[in-house]
Amino acid sequence: MLHRFSVLVACSTLLLVVAGALVTSNDAGLSVPDWPLSYGQLMPKMEGGIFWEHGHRMVATTVGFLTLILAVWIARVETRPWLRILGWSALGAVVAQGLLGGITVLLLQPKPVSIGHACLAELFFSTTVAIAWFTSPAWRRGGPNVEDPGLHRLALAAPVSVFIQLALGAAARHKALGALAHIAWAPVTTGMVLWLVTRILMRHSGHGQLRTPALALVTITFAQVFLGIAAYMSRIATVDAPQPMKVMVVFTSAHVALGAMTLACSILTGIQVFRYAGRVSACPTIPEALPANS
Amino acid sequence: MKKFWISLGVAAALMLNGCGGGEKKEEKKAEAPAAAPAAAPVDDANAATVTGKVAFSGAKPTAKTISMEATPACARAHSTPQKSEEAVVNDNGTLRYTFVWVKAGLPDRQWPAASNTVALDQSGCMYRPHMLGVRAGQDIEVTNSDPTNHNIHPLPKVNREWNESQPPKGDKKIKQFAREEVMIPVKCNVHPWMKSYIGVVNHPFFAVTGEDGAFTLKGLPPGEYTIEAWHEKYGAMEQKVKVEAKESKAVDFEFKG
Ligand SMILES: [Cu+2]
Repeated sequence: MLHRFSVLVACSTLLLVVAGALVTSNDAGLSVPDWPLSYGQLMPKMEGGIFWEHGHRMVATTVGFLTLILAVWIARVETRPWLRILGWSALGAVVAQGLLGGITVLLLQPKPVSIGHACLAELFFSTTVAIAWFTSPAWRRGGPNVEDPGLHRLALAAPVSVFIQLALGAAARHKALGALAHIAWAPVTTGMVLWLVTRILMRHSGHGQLRTPALALVTITFAQVFLGIAAYMSRIATVDAPQPMKVMVVFTSAHVALGAMTLACSILTGIQVFRYAGRVSACPTIPEALPANS
Repeated sequence: MKKFWISLGVAAALMLNGCGGGEKKEEKKAEAPAAAPAAAPVDDANAATVTGKVAFSGAKPTAKTISMEATPACARAHSTPQKSEEAVVNDNGTLRYTFVWVKAGLPDRQWPAASNTVALDQSGCMYRPHMLGVRAGQDIEVTNSDPTNHNIHPLPKVNREWNESQPPKGDKKIKQFAREEVMIPVKCNVHPWMKSYIGVVNHPFFAVTGEDGAFTLKGLPPGEYTIEAWHEKYGAMEQKVKVEAKESKAVDFEFKG
């Protein structure tokens, strides 16, 4: 039951990421100048940009409550202390995320806040996916350990480079950087993902717990590259339009959503590598800390 | 495993700090412009005039059609779809919505204050007018004639930025910009096609071209001036002009499409 609920939270969070992407793509971030109320109301007339901005706030409120339930639920039934901590961290992240969203509205979208809001959104989504994974029967079932300690570095580098790519994308969207950095980093990210996936498939293709996330990761990453090209081209094609055009909005928002999935999938693959690949005889090495990137 | 996830939490917290650290928005104080010598009436008897036209050459741009379907109240206000006012070439080959002003050369003095209020209306989910000029500190009366919510969001670089909502037939807002700034874009994020430009000038020598593409800057003291013509799509250009007392001179601009 907890697993099913955590899957629901993860799916709702993906929806929330899409809703947030639609706000930015429709340039609707400031269509509701007040926060936490909207036009002084709980429910303003859902027209134009207000539909996107207030809709985003409504989905976000829902996800916030779902996360609260999830954290309490985990705390009550889970025996794994680290998972309980992860549950509370998710709650903390979603609250912080709501505050960042409010701050960016009240301070008229300062770039660092808007970019921070986008970055934290991706991390929060990955956290909900990880919780869904840790509560799944497949996680409990486990699998054999394999000898491949060198894989750890790659398993860390891939999600980090994906996250950098997402941060660069957010910076481009909020006009802190041009799109060039995001485009230039794309081959690096793709390369890191390919390197990790190839090594897993070449050495551990018999290990379902490693193979499945690796295959999913490479599939999503490739789709994401093409979606990125489509999003870029749609933006170029509609640059003279008097308002955000649907084709651009759809491709860009899909690109953001798939970006969130890429990060989540790369982190899942990393988790699997850290769980199963190591020195078979010795305890698995645990990194002291994830680099606090960008 | 445990440590891994604690550290992920820590990393997320650091992220929050790192990514969201710059929340403090620079509050640009809306200070009054620096005190200049006391106002003296313009010497009308010797005043000079600069007139001109803003011509447009090249292929006439096709006006982009706006889709208002996202807000039915906006769409209902028009029998035919509205066109973008980003680039409007008049029938006589001149360019509409060009801001022409004296950018430099005026003596350092205070000009008689403007007594009137300048109107900026939101009507049919379009800004009326599309472009306007005001004196620094002059009252701008913002009204909403539509049966729909608008937000008004000027994006100045020098003046203080603000974003306020205005409900249907809501109370008018009286706003000022304290400092000279050419130009301040104004946006509505509810209706992302809505755009207006406000030119804020320290003196009374400015104009916005209309259907004839002409402008007149009168009451100028004799002197040598830099006249700038600013257009949202085609950019800005400058010309120098020297006028003697009572003289009227023509300065024509030409933007290329
Ligand atoms: Cu509006």
